[in-house]
Amino acid sequence: MHITEILFWILTALALFSALMVVSSDNPVHSVLWLILVFMAITGHYILMNAQFLAIVNMIVYAGAIMVLFLFVIMFMNLNKDSEPQKSVWLRLAAVVSGGSLLLILVAALKDNGGYINSMKGEGSIGLIKNLGNTLFTEYVVPFEISSILFLSAMVGAVVLGKKESSTPAA
Amino acid sequence: MPIIPVNYYIFLSLALFAIGIVGVLTRRNAIIIFMCIELMLNAVNILLVAFSKMHHVAAYALDKTTTVGTEAQLFVFFIMVVAAAEVTVGLAIIVMLYRNIHSVDINFLNRLKH
Repeated sequence: MHITEILFWILTALALFSALMVVSSDNPVHSVLWLILVFMAITGHYILMNAQFLAIVNMIVYAGAIMVLFLFVIMFMNLNKDSEPQKSVWLRLAAVVSGGSLLLILVAALKDNGGYINSMKGEGSIGLIKNLGNTLFTEYVVPFEISSILFLSAMVGAVVLGKKESSTPAA
Repeated sequence: MPIIPVNYYIFLSLALFAIGIVGVLTRRNAIIIFMCIELMLNAVNILLVAFSKMHHVAAYALDKTTTVGTEAQLFVFFIMVVAAAEVTVGLAIIVMLYRNIHSVDINFLNRLKH
């Protein structure tokens, strides 16, 4: 068994176990920490698939910025195990059954795929920032600029939504 | 040379996606539901990168200077950009809800029904 396959299985097990813990842990802070672990496993998968730039961006943006934002909001609201609302057992069972059925159907529909991924020597430079940046700033420069407008509007929206309105009565 | 069938990545991605859906269906905390949506986005990203790699490997066998597969990785990059914008707005909405109803329980958010 090659080292790549061993790493693949370790990262897959880590990602799936952590994802299950995200869903099943009662404390929201623990959920966030498990989700960071999921993102780290996904970053490892990106490195295995020679997507180095995406691995770094995933690490910085997801595991860094976004998860800190989640953690900040959860701690800001002082959520813990005692304040965590729970659904009834039957609803949860129904949810697991429907999610499992979806997984079963998707796997059955997509399992006949003959593609493969192997790593050849000297191959794997498309994930580097040189190639990606070249394409991003020539072919995809318009979507790039539009995404900057998206960020600006998201920033304005977040400020407008988060602003305390003194005139509005508490609902 | 290690060969990993792209099926394995498809199954991993589908499993993560299904876990995200189960999380959305089972939890009542709005923030956890939001985190499960992030999980589903990442499942899709894994799949895009795997397909990018698959096509790149196939094209590289014929031409050593090919850049096939770059588009999918840029697509993942744009998904991450949109996800970051989405998280800021979503968390702002959740903070606003918490300020109004003093809870993040989605069962209290049924006023539009009446």
